[in-house]
Amino acid sequence: MDGFPILSLMLAVPALAAIACLFLPADTARWTALAATLVDFVLGILLWANYDVGGAQWQFVEQGARFGFFAWDLGIDGFALMLIMLSVFLMPICIGASWRSVTNRVPEYMAAFLLTEVLMIGTFAAQDLFLFYLFFEAGLIPMYLIIGIWGGANRIYASYKFFLYTLLGSLLMLVAMLYMARTAGTSSIPALQAYDFPADVQTWLWLAFFASFAVKMPMWPVHTWLPDAHVQAPTAGSVILAGVLLKLGGYGFLRFSLPMFPEASGQLTWLIFALSAVAVIYTSLVALVQADMKKLIAYSSVAHMAIVTIGLFAFNRQGIEGALVMMLSHGLVSGALFLCVGVIYDRLHTREIARYGGLSINMPRYALFFLFFTMASIGLPGTSGFVAEFLSLMGTYQVSTWIALLCTTSIILGAAYMLYLYRRIAYGEITSEEVRGMSDLSSRELWLLAPIAAAVLWMGVYPESFLAPMRKDVAVLLQRIDRAAPPSDSNPTPGNPAAARAMQAHHETTPGEAHH
Amino acid sequence: MDYATNLALTLPEVVLGIGGVLLMMVSAWGGPGSTRAVSWTAVAVLGGAVIALLGPAGGGGEAFDGLYRADAFSTFAKVLIYVATAVSILIAPDFFRRTAGDDLRPEYPVLMLFSALGMGMMVSAVDLLTLYVGLEMQSLAAYVLASFVRRDLRSAEAGLKYFVLGSLASGILLYGVSLVYGFTGTTMFDGIAAAYAADAAEPARSLGLVFGLVFVFAGLAFKIAAVPFHMWTPDVYQGAPTPVTAFFASAPKVAAMALAVRVAVEAMGPVTDQWRQIVIFAALASIILGAVGAIGQSNVKRLLAYSSINNVGFALIGLAAGTAEGVAGVLTYMAIYIAMTLGSFLVVLQMRDVNGIQVESIASLSGMSRTRPALAAAMAMFMFSLAGIPPLFGFYAKFAVFDAAVAAGLFPLAAIGVAASVIGAYYYLRIVKTMYFDEPAPAFHKGDEGALQGGLIAVAAVVISPLGYLAIPFLGAWSMAAARALF
Repeated sequence: MDGFPILSLMLAVPALAAIACLFLPADTARWTALAATLVDFVLGILLWANYDVGGAQWQFVEQGARFGFFAWDLGIDGFALMLIMLSVFLMPICIGASWRSVTNRVPEYMAAFLLTEVLMIGTFAAQDLFLFYLFFEAGLIPMYLIIGIWGGANRIYASYKFFLYTLLGSLLMLVAMLYMARTAGTSSIPALQAYDFPADVQTWLWLAFFASFAVKMPMWPVHTWLPDAHVQAPTAGSVILAGVLLKLGGYGFLRFSLPMFPEASGQLTWLIFALSAVAVIYTSLVALVQADMKKLIAYSSVAHMAIVTIGLFAFNRQGIEGALVMMLSHGLVSGALFLCVGVIYDRLHTREIARYGGLSINMPRYALFFLFFTMASIGLPGTSGFVAEFLSLMGTYQVSTWIALLCTTSIILGAAYMLYLYRRIAYGEITSEEVRGMSDLSSRELWLLAPIAAAVLWMGVYPESFLAPMRKDVAVLLQRIDRAAPPSDSNPTPGNPAAARAMQAHHETTPGEAHH
Repeated sequence: MDYATNLALTLPEVVLGIGGVLLMMVSAWGGPGSTRAVSWTAVAVLGGAVIALLGPAGGGGEAFDGLYRADAFSTFAKVLIYVATAVSILIAPDFFRRTAGDDLRPEYPVLMLFSALGMGMMVSAVDLLTLYVGLEMQSLAAYVLASFVRRDLRSAEAGLKYFVLGSLASGILLYGVSLVYGFTGTTMFDGIAAAYAADAAEPARSLGLVFGLVFVFAGLAFKIAAVPFHMWTPDVYQGAPTPVTAFFASAPKVAAMALAVRVAVEAMGPVTDQWRQIVIFAALASIILGAVGAIGQSNVKRLLAYSSINNVGFALIGLAAGTAEGVAGVLTYMAIYIAMTLGSFLVVLQMRDVNGIQVESIASLSGMSRTRPALAAAMAMFMFSLAGIPPLFGFYAKFAVFDAAVAAGLFPLAAIGVAASVIGAYYYLRIVKTMYFDEPAPAFHKGDEGALQGGLIAVAAVVISPLGYLAIPFLGAWSMAAARALF
């Protein structure tokens, strides 16, 4: 695949399809969008297949023209590859999820989604600081329109909140980027990752980037836009928001904060840990009392994202790999949960938990899928959630036992709110006639959920497929940030090899004892 | 230097002056029937002035013993001014035909030409008196244009208000000029700069020079509508006929901004540290007040007036840097700003109720994305671009000035400026929200734009679309060359 601009092609396909959709009638627009996203998915598979695991750090590099302040430089490493895969995997599912539920202004809807796909892939593939910023911030426009036009009753408030919150954060990041490009004399991300800023400057730059990524992530206490946006967004909008857009924050920490400002990251780890621990406990408790399904899942997202941040800032392999698996796993699982909500919302047009009950009786297939994703969200072994939480928390334990202790409650609290949700929706007797009339999953809905379930299982049983492309990048990152790693309080007792050898020697000399 | 060379250097002004006088004759004898011909001829004259810039007038140096200078900076500003003026002439006939009252009279394009002539002198002035003559020439034409709809009370009020406050500002400026002249002994910019430099080297600074500086900047702040001299803007923008408002928001803004830059850098460059405080205050106050003031507006023209105050604040951030890059940033900003603002006003001109009468309330935009999708999409692009959201070209404008501010080490200014731009984003979003999220207003005109206006909107939309990024290398090099002319 040398020299073939596959990344540009992956950007061009949905971009052209988006323009085409605007001029097509509703039904053709649907098919065009589906075709374009599937083509991108196939391209994504080609990308993965041709990715040289353990090869060069940056692959599929394209050095394009320079436009004054930014250059069209694309290229991916293992992190970006996995997140691009997540995006192109979820996108056809989003289009499918909107097939029947969106009937109003379909061409514009499809165009907005395709544009979002372009911007997401671009954000992950950009190798130039300002190109990244263009894609990163431009994503606000289609999402604002998706929430505002096709959202629920309180959509206008939610769309404003989403837009202005994220805009404020990213503008401060822009000022930091301007300074970095000036000081380092380059806007190339790989070059900046090798550039050492003075430690005191790093702190300011780190805080400016933090302002942006903490909002995107979202971290407590700037998470409040997320429940509003999720609740009001149409189903597919929630899927893409939870599935991919929230990953931009984690990706930003990984791509910018850690490698570019290692000293500041080390010094401010306490801040990340403290906010994350609060987020895990607080938002889990808030999720427990929600009466609205989407809001509950939104709060659970905040708690899961906190596991990502502690993992990333653990400064060790388990933590970072766990955080990455958590991003992928959460993208799939929470996306699927929003789809599950969408399925019953399409039938009853309410997200109020109390209106449902007993769905396992008349919607057995639905109940099965919903149960599976509930378990994956809790982190049941065998699902991707387990791998993610286990690795992140193990990494964190090596740095701070207390934070690991606090954050492990996420598993317990997660089980509490998810199982409580499931009980109220799926178990018990059917109490209302309207619920009794609900039909089970249609084949279209089955086709939306089944691939996600397969991916979740795959990641839970054999995570190596997903970890392998990222392994070398984690090593490179660790090599860069190791010098600033925060002190550890866990002091695990080192194994005592001398004693073990002596014991073994003893056994060998007195074989008779084995009989006792 | 012989007279012919002087005339060659001032050829654009000569073309505009002669063209304006001749067209005035035509309009005096031809009456209202000649409007169309006079308009198109006026546009042709402006085109001629642009062509004249290709000769020595585009960068040939000083004319009339150092009263007037033709350099890359003035050429950049003049091209913007002439283009904006031509657009303002072209969009007028339709508007006047639709509004109650008289048809467009041929004096309109003629006054525009005279105004453009004055603006050309403003940006080329390297002498305080040339500056003043140019400024007044531009303003006098503008006062008449503001009250061009004679029978409309608001238009008359706008003209009067503009005149009274404009005269006051001219008075303040003249007072500053007289102080500067009194304490430096010259009205030429280079002489003033030398006097300021000598003064800055002395331990006991002359208070008179500082006073002169402050008054000159106050007068200029009025002309660019920077806070705290912005009060006239919303009233005048609302009352003036919409094509005239479009004109006010574009060409004179560029001229006054270019003038302010030239005075600041060429005449008062040695005391950059002193005027920087004023510029920083005016920039931040304009950004914040322009943004906050716009929030409560229900009239789209008033909203755009506050938006122009807001945008001037951003442009001033580039000036506050006080470097060649900063000046290039200001010029880039103004060039992109013109495309955005003219585009917005072109859309405002399309806002009509079922009977074809112009409407100006924001509420009447409701649901425009359904009734006129292309127009709404263009307007949404202009709004996102004015808010500085990538990938639209307005982002690059903000990028250029903030980059200059960061390069000059003005981090708090840059941080506060970007944070305040979030407030601005709110009201731009409100327009998008009205067009896209709200149910269609019951009565909205469903006609087409007409080839000319539709074409102009399309051109503006293409310029500020991501395709505009292709122009960055060219725009960057040209604005940098223009800025270097001052340093």
